[in-house]
Parts: sequence; C-alpha cells; structure tokens
Amino acid sequence: MMIEKAILAVITLDQSKVSGGAPIFICETKEELEKVAANIEAITDGIVHGLSDELFIVVKH
Amino acid sequence: MSEFTYPILFGILIGTILRIAMLRTDYRQYPTYLHGKTIHVSLGFIAAALGSLVIPALLSKEYTAVTILTVAATQFREVRNMERNTLNEVDSYELVSRGKTYIEGIAISFESRNYLVIITSFIVTFVYVFTNIIFAIVATIICFILSKILMSGSVMKEIVDIEYKDLHFDGAGLYVDNIYIMNIGLPERQKEIKKYGMGFVLTPKDMNTITTVSNLGQRQAILHDVSIALGVFRDSGTPALTPLIKRDLDDGRLGVFVLPQVRDVDKAIEIIGQVPVLESAIRMPSESKSHNKEVPSNDD
Repeated sequence: MMIEKAILAVITLDQSKVSGGAPIFICETKEELEKVAANIEAITDGIVHGLSDELFIVVKH
Repeated sequence: MSEFTYPILFGILIGTILRIAMLRTDYRQYPTYLHGKTIHVSLGFIAAALGSLVIPALLSKEYTAVTILTVAATQFREVRNMERNTLNEVDSYELVSRGKTYIEGIAISFESRNYLVIITSFIVTFVYVFTNIIFAIVATIICFILSKILMSGSVMKEIVDIEYKDLHFDGAGLYVDNIYIMNIGLPERQKEIKKYGMGFVLTPKDMNTITTVSNLGQRQAILHDVSIALGVFRDSGTPALTPLIKRDLDDGRLGVFVLPQVRDVDKAIEIIGQVPVLESAIRMPSESKSHNKEVPSNDD
C-alpha cells in the first residue's frame, strides 16, 4: 500500500503531549512555535495543521 | 475533370471551414496557437476529403473504396489518444491541474468534431451531386447549425445555483458557509487565505445534478477554469494555498474555495457558471427504471 500522507514533524509547546516517530520540535513561546512551523512548512512543502493552540503538525499531502 | 470534381472540392472546402469554425481558442486556452491549430486544421482537411469521396466512389461503382472510412475511424481515434497524452503530460505542470475527466472530455470532443466534419462533407457532396450548388449551400448552412447544436454541451449555471459566501475559520478549520474545507494551522496563512480567498456555495437544482456535480473530475474542472480565468494566488511549494471544493454530505451542496488574483465576485460567479458539464461526469439517476418505479397501490 502506498502511504499518501505523512506527518513530517510535530511542533509543540507541551512536550508531555507528544511522543513517537516523527521529529518533534519543542518551542518556548507561541511566536517561536509559529516561526518554526512556518519554516518547516516552507522547507518541506508540507502544510501546517493545527491540532490545538499549542500543537502543530506538518503533513505532506 | 470528371463530373465529381466540383462536388468533391466543395465538400472538402466546407468540411475544412467547419473544422476551423469549431476550433476556438477561448478561455480554456486549448488548443493554443499556430502549431496546435495546424495539426487540427490538417486533420480536419483529411476528414473532409474522406467524407467528400464516399458518394463519388459509390457512384463510380467503386464499392470497396468505402472501406477507407474504417481507416478514418482508426485515424481519428488516434487523435483522441494524441490529445489525451499531450494534455496529461502538461497537466502535472499546471498550478491547478485540469484533472483526468476534463482531459477526457476535451479529447472526446476533438475526436467527435472530426466525425462531424466527415458527415458534413458527405452530406454536402451528396446534395451537390444529386441536385445543384444552391441546394448544397442550403445543406451546408443546416449542417453548420446542427454542428453548433451538437457541439455545445450544458454549463454549470444550468444545473446549480451559485452564491458568494464568506470564508471563515473555526479554530484551525477553514469553512465556506458551513462546509469544512481544510485545516490551516499557521495564523499567517490564515490571514493570507482570508485576504485572498473567496468562497462560493453551489446548490444543485435537482436529484440528477447532485451526483453530477459531486464528481471529483467535475469539481477539478471548476477549480481549473476559475484559476485560468482569474489567476491563482499560489506557487509550487505552497500546498496550503490550494483551491479546493468540498461537499456537504447532508444535501450535496458544494463549498468552493478559490484563491483568484482578480477578486471580482460577479466575474467569478459568471466563470463558474460557464464551466462545461463534463460528459463523463453526467449521471442520470432519474432515468433509472427502478428509481422511478411507482409504489404499487393497494386499492384493488
């Protein structure tokens, strides 16, 4: 089976909420979170999706 | 010069003119300029020649000559393949792709236009041979009108009502009216989308059109046409800025999210209305016998 979508990175303010296979980026402030997410989005050609205010994932579609 | 020279020449001329008349470069931007057109005019010329030759061949008792028409059919099926391949190759480099259903629709119409040319040339030569040029011209005019009718399919505005609706975000979710489109995480992107995006709701007019407009190829065709006509605010590597159409599962309405460069609501509505209804997307559940079967009455 071809996997069509993949989580490329997880960016979060709260380390306790995440763990697992994808690269995890832990940020201190909301601004830093958005900046890191925007950068990863641009670099990977993925889309940043918000799961909650402090947890973003970058998904390749 | 034989007695058939003028009828044949007339048939070829009319057929070629008909092909040129059907070869329009409009907002769909296909076929483009000289090279694409040259191919189709030449093929139209061949088709016209084939159509014109049938009657003279039969009258000269060359019955086997008619078998050449089978070669013609093969030849024009090849036209369809050629169009399909070219468009498929190019499609992956479009910012908003045409989609396979749209390509298939274009390819089919290219093939069928050649057949229309054959039929027209056939009829015109037929009339010319058995009557005179005056009747042949009358036949030409009738054929032109018939071809016009045959070549124009229906358009979106005949089957849906189009309304402009504001885009809004609920958390990270992007909505057109109450139809969920996608999840956008970055506030910066959300701002861009609010600034440049436009939302439309297409409400199908009846049962048949619900299934037709929900076809993924039909939806992609809408996005492609809007993006071609009004420009698109996106680039490679910005997948978050992707025009999308999602469906309301409850009633089959479509939520259209587009990012046009020309943000003109009336124009956009007009363009969505002019999108052709793709032949391969059309569904007619109401034609189904079991669908229409009356519930047997218990009167007797």
